[in-house]
Amino acid sequence: MREIALHILDIVQNSVVAGATEIGVDIREDIPKDTLTVVISDNGCGMSEEFLKKVVDPFTTKRTTRKVGLGIPLYKMAAENTGGHFDIQSEEGKGTVVTAVFGHSHIDRQPLGDMAETMLSLFTSYENIDFSYKHTVNQNEFEVDTKELKKVLGDIPFSAPDVYLWLSEFLKEGEDELYK
Amino acid sequence: MKSLAELEAIRNKAKGSVNLRKDDHAVRVVVGMATCGIAAGARPVMSAIMDEVAKRNLEHVAVTQTGCIGVCRLEPIVEVMVPGEEKVTYVKVDPKKAAEIVSEHIVNGRVVTKYTIGAAQ
Repeated sequence: MREIALHILDIVQNSVVAGATEIGVDIREDIPKDTLTVVISDNGCGMSEEFLKKVVDPFTTKRTTRKVGLGIPLYKMAAENTGGHFDIQSEEGKGTVVTAVFGHSHIDRQPLGDMAETMLSLFTSYENIDFSYKHTVNQNEFEVDTKELKKVLGDIPFSAPDVYLWLSEFLKEGEDELYK
Repeated sequence: MKSLAELEAIRNKAKGSVNLRKDDHAVRVVVGMATCGIAAGARPVMSAIMDEVAKRNLEHVAVTQTGCIGVCRLEPIVEVMVPGEEKVTYVKVDPKKAAEIVSEHIVNGRVVTKYTIGAAQ
């Protein structure tokens, strides 16, 4: 993966497959502490203790069409290559929390990448899942809760052309503001 | 800065006109978004399709994601399903090809044969 945002997009698909109705994506860039932390949480079906132990192994997958699953191992490696660490907590029937901490200034840290495009594609692809997205850069904060957007929109979907274009601009502006 | 008030205005405008998708008539566009697709560049492809669909106001088109389609070496893969026609699978799609697929295939009804899986193999 060329961007951390692409890992996030990939890992969130696991939450979708786990049947989550609520997914949180929380990114914290703390320059004084030199960390970039990504927490992805969901209320999906969770994993058994036994499956959780081997989930970082590339030869573990729930897929039935083949025997490898690379999403989690690649993500873990990306974090660990920057002097950071990686952790998954999961409970069957409750959900899963995936935490990755990257060394912010580490030469091997991938750029965070296009979070606006990542969240936009998730919001519009999975309209019946509620996403809460939060991105902080030191003191600056950008937060989007799709529940609130849906309250305003009623039964008009995110994919309606005018709404989609608004959402796209809204996310881009919010992300840009963080670095000003 | 974009505000929720603006979104409300969009909703009020859309309320009367949005033809709440009749799924049986809808054209479906599916983008492979598993690890392999994402690594090969599926996200900008999906975004290009969504942009094109929104700009052309194609309300009968539903764009969705799916997992691994099974031929990872040909990702990004886009499938176009027009009711009453055979499914068309496009391979090694990039944002430029994606826009062309929307305008040629979905709008003009001409399959872009050169980008299909048949042409690649």
